[in-house]
Amino acid sequence: MHVEVRGLHKKFGSFQAVHDVNFSIDKGQLIGLLGPSGGGKTSILRMLAGLETVDSGDILFHGQRVNDLPPQERGIGFVFQNYALFKHMTVADNIAFGLEVKKWSKAKIKDRVAELVELTGLSGFERRLPHQLSGGQRQRVAFARALAPEPQLLLLDEPFAAIDAKIRHELRSWLRDMIDRLGITSIFVTHDQDEAIEVADEIMIINKGRLEQKGSPWEIYKDPQSPFVAGFIGESTIVDNVSSLRGFDTASTWPGTKALIRPEYIEIGQASEFATKLSATERGRVRHIHFRGSEWLVEVEVGDTKLVTYRSLEKQVLHPGEEVQVLIHRAYLFNDNDSWIMENKLKEDPLPVHI
Amino acid sequence: MSSVMHNRWWSWGFRSAVMLYFVLLIVFPICGIYGQSLSAGWSAFFDNLSEPLAWNAVLLTVKLALFATLVNVFVGTMSAWVLIRYRFPGRRLLNSLVDLPFALPTAVAGLMILLLLGPRSFVGELAERLGFTILFHEPAIVIAMVFVTFPFVIRAVQPLLEEMDASEEEAAYTLGATKAKTFWQVILPNMLPGILSGAMLAFSRALAEFGAVVLVAGNIPGKTLIASVYIFGEIESDNVGGATAVSVLLLTLSLLVLWSVNYVQMRRKGL
Repeated sequence: MHVEVRGLHKKFGSFQAVHDVNFSIDKGQLIGLLGPSGGGKTSILRMLAGLETVDSGDILFHGQRVNDLPPQERGIGFVFQNYALFKHMTVADNIAFGLEVKKWSKAKIKDRVAELVELTGLSGFERRLPHQLSGGQRQRVAFARALAPEPQLLLLDEPFAAIDAKIRHELRSWLRDMIDRLGITSIFVTHDQDEAIEVADEIMIINKGRLEQKGSPWEIYKDPQSPFVAGFIGESTIVDNVSSLRGFDTASTWPGTKALIRPEYIEIGQASEFATKLSATERGRVRHIHFRGSEWLVEVEVGDTKLVTYRSLEKQVLHPGEEVQVLIHRAYLFNDNDSWIMENKLKEDPLPVHI
Repeated sequence: MSSVMHNRWWSWGFRSAVMLYFVLLIVFPICGIYGQSLSAGWSAFFDNLSEPLAWNAVLLTVKLALFATLVNVFVGTMSAWVLIRYRFPGRRLLNSLVDLPFALPTAVAGLMILLLLGPRSFVGELAERLGFTILFHEPAIVIAMVFVTFPFVIRAVQPLLEEMDASEEEAAYTLGATKAKTFWQVILPNMLPGILSGAMLAFSRALAEFGAVVLVAGNIPGKTLIASVYIFGEIESDNVGGATAVSVLLLTLSLLVLWSVNYVQMRRKGL
């Protein structure tokens, strides 16, 4: 289903939950609504479902305005954060509920339930009650129940929030496969950037009721349109006086400009590790190192600026207090009016001057 | 070490005290009734029960208590629904008034009914004109029972409604269910354990009611004489055997009902 939202506003009392949100989603896409808690993601999802009224603005499904349609008539499936399974009904009855509402024949319902039980890997659990299932299984029942009446749009509210980390990972890729296979347009809400980056075709970053940016995970990482997005996706350090860093002295032409530097923008090591790029590096001192399981996280001090970066386990181990060369490849600069990415000027210099 | 011993003594002491209290206050009297009623042998016991006035009284009590329970199931469930789901001025006052029948002496309740529904009152006259009498007839007994047991169903259903997750209802809507279907298939099953246990408590309380009923029933043997009043009468006329036989019947019924309530609640906790 093609979904379009125009000028969506929603207030709860005096709290502006959603403010002038516009977007459109193509058929078959999996969209992640990402943002901090209380940012308005769930409100947007609930308005799409018809569980919340719209203050102003339009919601269009297939080009048809659905603002005034009740949830029953929108042709959507909704997976709730706490699953909201019917506690007194078995797994099979839960899945069949939407089909009975639609007055499908008994035989057809039986077939459809069997199909979904198979699809969601719940075979053998049809007669169980929700409280007899694990969190992951409940999640899949909720998913099967929402999918059973063949909705055109699937809405998922923090679908993995209540599941422990390991199973969450499996469920994520399972969900991704399932949605690919069914080709159903889906929107899910999450506050976990890893989840959104891993699963979604496109991410919409929502903050304080506003849509900050919409794009593929790679686009959002590579080209953040606002400081909030830049800071929200990935790890980063904010540097106040960026012009003091080597290779970024031209930044002083824009007073009041700060820089956001990601760990992966920075390379550190002994002078011998840099070869030709040495002229773009500057001296720094290792303050702390942390073992991260698959790499070292190194805190390094350049002048009075503290930076954070990763270092491969394959390279020589650094020690706190050690003097190292630091190369900053690029920085994301922003001020009140503008934001842009600046590459290290010295690194780009085709003929570095060695003295 | 000494503190562990100390704690153990305390815990043993508390447990024993509670047990003793329980045995003295509840188990002994119950056993006493059973023992007394059977002291003259089984045949005397059955003779006492087969006395038509006795079993008529018990039958009437059970019939009217069932009726009162049914009324409370409907009105109580509705009241609980309104008190939880609707917001209106005076809701909190109403909510606190629900417990009034528990706090009020039942004799006062009986007197209220006597004055309000008597033949010279407005309601009494109206009923008279419609061809039936409330006071000193079965309707008055049912009204007294309904009044006294009113809070049970409400108080049992309210917490269930309150803790019920709104998303279960919303899930039904997104699956296309109408409000009516959602009520019958999603909300009502959630309230059912409360309705059932509330109804059973109300029933066993209605069986036992004396104070409110004795004032308004007329107590005509074989017609409006209910079991508890019958027991009172038997004691007054020094027939302890007859009183204990009927008591045992009521007691057994109450225990059965209590056991069922427990069973229902255990099953609910299992969920």
